[in-house]
Amino acid sequence: MSDKVLMKGNEAIAEAAIRAGCRHYFGYPITPQTELAAYMSKRMPKIGGVFLQAESEIAAINMVYGVAGTGKRVMTSSSSPGVSLKQEGISYIAGSDLPALIVNVERGGPGLGGIQPSQSDYFQAVKGGGHGDYHLIVLTPASVQEMADLTGLAFDLADKYRMPAMLLADGTTGQMMEPVQLPETEPVSVEKPWAITGTGMKRKHNIINSLYLQPEELERTNFERFQRYAQVEENEVRYESFLTEDADIVVVAFGIAARVSKNAVLAARKAGVRAGLIRPITVWPFPKKQLEALSHTAKGFLSVELSMGQMIEDVRLSIHDKRPVRLCNRAGGMIPSPDEVLAAILKMQEEV
Amino acid sequence: MTTEILIAGFGGQGVLFAGKFLAYKGLIEDRQVSWLPSYGPEMRGGTANCSVILSDDPVGSPIVSKPSVLMAMNLPSLDKYEKDVLPGGKIFVDSTLISRKVERTDVDVYYIPSTQLAREIGAPTLANMVMTGKVIRECEGISDAFLQEALGKVVSARHADLKDINLKALKTGMAFPD
Repeated sequence: MSDKVLMKGNEAIAEAAIRAGCRHYFGYPITPQTELAAYMSKRMPKIGGVFLQAESEIAAINMVYGVAGTGKRVMTSSSSPGVSLKQEGISYIAGSDLPALIVNVERGGPGLGGIQPSQSDYFQAVKGGGHGDYHLIVLTPASVQEMADLTGLAFDLADKYRMPAMLLADGTTGQMMEPVQLPETEPVSVEKPWAITGTGMKRKHNIINSLYLQPEELERTNFERFQRYAQVEENEVRYESFLTEDADIVVVAFGIAARVSKNAVLAARKAGVRAGLIRPITVWPFPKKQLEALSHTAKGFLSVELSMGQMIEDVRLSIHDKRPVRLCNRAGGMIPSPDEVLAAILKMQEEV
Repeated sequence: MTTEILIAGFGGQGVLFAGKFLAYKGLIEDRQVSWLPSYGPEMRGGTANCSVILSDDPVGSPIVSKPSVLMAMNLPSLDKYEKDVLPGGKIFVDSTLISRKVERTDVDVYYIPSTQLAREIGAPTLANMVMTGKVIRECEGISDAFLQEALGKVVSARHADLKDINLKALKTGMAFPD
């Protein structure tokens, strides 16, 4: 037997976060991510960590803001309506250049919506759900293994670039169990000279702040921050390319939609259609260059999403609308079957 | 080989537990597995179901929409999923709770009075494991050591005393004639 264990995606995130050195978790229960908080509530007290169920999502994200200022690895998790509540705090964390991890195990919306899986918070995650100019590094796991692996990566990237990172998952990946090999390595510790850890009477005070009343100064912080974002876009794009080399139809999908799409791509190949799949693992930064390159060889693109069509805008922008881009989608907690995606691929093949 | 199993019944019948057992069996056998529960309103009463995939290849979508094996633990589940089973697939019916016959003629059907058998061995809540035993014998096969090991994974240490009765339920199902 391998050293793999069966775990729910939500639990894999929690365990991976602990192994990445996270000792501070603040949250508030909501389906379908509650197992994450439950896992933390059991484990954190045993390892000298903090688990705190806050009075609200807003309180939880502001506790995250506080711990992030001390340079400690810290996280919160929620599902769509709860993540909406956190947006003000996320903007403050971004505006204060602090690393933190926010997990969104998405469910259908808008409003209270439902509790079934969805990807309709894409705009919120990628385009900035809070106010002001900022980005999150947004990672999209498609398996329980990736729930674990990308959690560690999210902490590392957040530290490296001093910005919040988000794990954008969905109800399916949160609830499903798959074998997972948990990371064994010790987390890399990063120097954080900016952290508020006490001066020891040896240095000047560090100040964590997002308020700049002088517009020149605020403009400067924005430009500096976007220079860092440019580095992230240059260095941190991650994606999986599956059978795209000779593909006429390139399917673009992330998370659970990519799992379904992979089955459909294989079925299309069997039916004699050259289909391929680009699975963005980071949706910010988005694999723009890779899609642009494929627009020279592919005849059409198909965005498969659990939303009314959000990522499709980034697909169109990436390829400058040089090829037709169609949408294959379900919403409200529904998931397309491989047959539905296959039908969309075959239809597109006829049209282009 | 890929086996796509859909287990369906009502809340409390141990649908998710049976699925977990099958998933662990696959893990111990070093196969690719996925387990996906229904977590919607059905968990709070009504039908509950669970998708389990055991495969020699990486699992694509974890959602089982066309099962090769359907374990129907109550009538609404059979009514709902009978039509979805792949031609040539297998349907397992708890014939204590479901009095009608399967209408499909292009599948193999196994009627097993699992609720009744569970009662007879003094474990009225383990109809799920009786049926799972039958499924293992008809579709998957398992060594005795693996059976014990997989049970050890799903029965928590706190309930270790229930391991034997679970094993008995599985063996009852495995021994049930066609």
